[in-house]
Amino acid sequence: MTAEVIVPALAGPAPAGRTGRRQKPTTTWRLLPILPAIVLLLIFLAGPVVWSFYGSFTNASLTGVNAQNPAWIGFGNYLRLFSDPVFPLSLGLTVVFVLASAIVGQNFLGLGIALLMNRAHRFVAGAVGTCVVAAWVLPEIVAAFVAYAYFSQDGTLNQLLAALGMTGPNWLYSFPMLAIVLANVWRGTAFSMMVYRAALNDVPIEITEAAMIDGAGGAKRLFLITIPMIKSSITTNLMLITLQTLSVFTLVWVMTAGGPGNQSTILPVMAFQEAFRFSDIGYGTAIATVMLLIGAVFSIIYIRALRPSKG
Amino acid sequence: MTNLTAVVPVATRPGASVASPKKAVSALLANGILVLIGLCFLLPLAWLVLASLDVRASYQTQIPELLSLENFRAVLTPDLTFRPLWNSFLLSAGASVVTVVASVLAAYPLSRYSMRFNKPFMYAILFGTCLPITAIMVPVYSLFVRLQLIDSMGATILFMAATSLPMSIWMTKNFMDSVPISLEEAAWVDGASAMTALRRIVVPLMRPGLGVVFIFVFVQAWGNFFVPFILLLSPSKQPAAVSIYSFFGQFGAIAYGQLAAFSLLYSVPVILLYALVSRGMGASFCLSGAIKG
Repeated sequence: MTAEVIVPALAGPAPAGRTGRRQKPTTTWRLLPILPAIVLLLIFLAGPVVWSFYGSFTNASLTGVNAQNPAWIGFGNYLRLFSDPVFPLSLGLTVVFVLASAIVGQNFLGLGIALLMNRAHRFVAGAVGTCVVAAWVLPEIVAAFVAYAYFSQDGTLNQLLAALGMTGPNWLYSFPMLAIVLANVWRGTAFSMMVYRAALNDVPIEITEAAMIDGAGGAKRLFLITIPMIKSSITTNLMLITLQTLSVFTLVWVMTAGGPGNQSTILPVMAFQEAFRFSDIGYGTAIATVMLLIGAVFSIIYIRALRPSKG
Repeated sequence: MTNLTAVVPVATRPGASVASPKKAVSALLANGILVLIGLCFLLPLAWLVLASLDVRASYQTQIPELLSLENFRAVLTPDLTFRPLWNSFLLSAGASVVTVVASVLAAYPLSRYSMRFNKPFMYAILFGTCLPITAIMVPVYSLFVRLQLIDSMGATILFMAATSLPMSIWMTKNFMDSVPISLEEAAWVDGASAMTALRRIVVPLMRPGLGVVFIFVFVQAWGNFFVPFILLLSPSKQPAAVSIYSFFGQFGAIAYGQLAAFSLLYSVPVILLYALVSRGMGASFCLSGAIKG
């Protein structure tokens, strides 16, 4: 599960000589083996997406009459959503969460670690890499408990602060967003680190050395040579971690459950609460549809960004 | 903490480059910063390990006064650990098998024939890998209610398989592209059908790649909390991720040590599988050797 596997690189065309060898079976016959995959994808992936659009126009509820026979209410859920004071708050918190924990935190920390690893002793690089990856390999619910324990009132973070003579606040209550942002950086940086390690390995050492001989300093080499050369990896990584962070639920649900009040209610948490805590499936589905649209926009940008790199 | 930090010695090689003392200083600095970052990442995990061995654990990270496996003994009961872990295994293995079989079948025509269908399909697949699955869980729930599939292990397995299919079709096709076609051509000459060639030649050759796909799906399904949390209601069917969450809800405020012990037991299989994959990665892709013989 190294980065190379996870980051999909658009495959080049099939090797020469592979195409057009056998014309015997018809296209329909050839496509037959794809059928199981297509059926699965249609029922369980495309189905819910279509259902999401449909359901967001109904007043479906968790229990009661409207659970069995939901009525069509048109744009009712969306009108309610756009006048709900929690929605802009939640959208804003989601943007802050993605920007702070993914774009800034995971991305820069991951790049930093990868760059430092190239200079450090191989053993140190390996050991630190293992520590960073450990947080990422753990099942999400375990990682969430660990983060909860770390940030709780009498947790490890406040123990550290106490050792420095400071009294730490109750992080999960006083600074819930800061806590979940830091937790997500802790959990997700490994991905960026692996992407950038792989990318940096592909930068030919001759180029860096040539620049060094020409008298370019460390910072100059980094910004004028290394960064431009791994630009496509940076784009890929930014898109993927954005999409991953948009769908973080468990970490936030265990740590703060969106609270206190709505102070850390990111969109997935809001959709879940409206649907299952307030039994309003239709409304929750409308929020889900908005999230799907946001995800779709990012996916399209991502796929377009990948295109030129297709060999 | 001490026993954990000892693993990462602050070792540098000042003699690595005799020419520039400046480089040695920057290497020292790089090592120092890295060790510090590593400690920051390790610190939260120290609690998990120490608390699991401490009968009187709290949320504080502390060296247990008395090391004991009592927490593990307490959680190792059928209801608390074995059945949830077995359910996790059923879900993950089921999803992995379905995914791998469907991916291999789908990847074969995509990799071997060039059709007008391929490009749009691969783009649709790529789009599918990007879908935020968390976003569709509410509609999935209401769809499952409508189809009366709630609380069904089979349907949950198929859903998990479908969500990991886009990524694994993508991976499988890339692995299959690297299996040389000349071996199959020999089989075709001998009269083997496409499916026979796939089963007898391509699949055995890409076994390491398929292993990676299998483990990838397995690890994802094993760690998944949200999907079974929404789709499986009866405790007898819930996997460890969900039962651990209810355990936390009921006893979380008292039995920290047991929570930590349970969490560790649940994490071990994934960590082992990850180690397996990251170890084997280097050696397992020497497919080119097959073409010489």
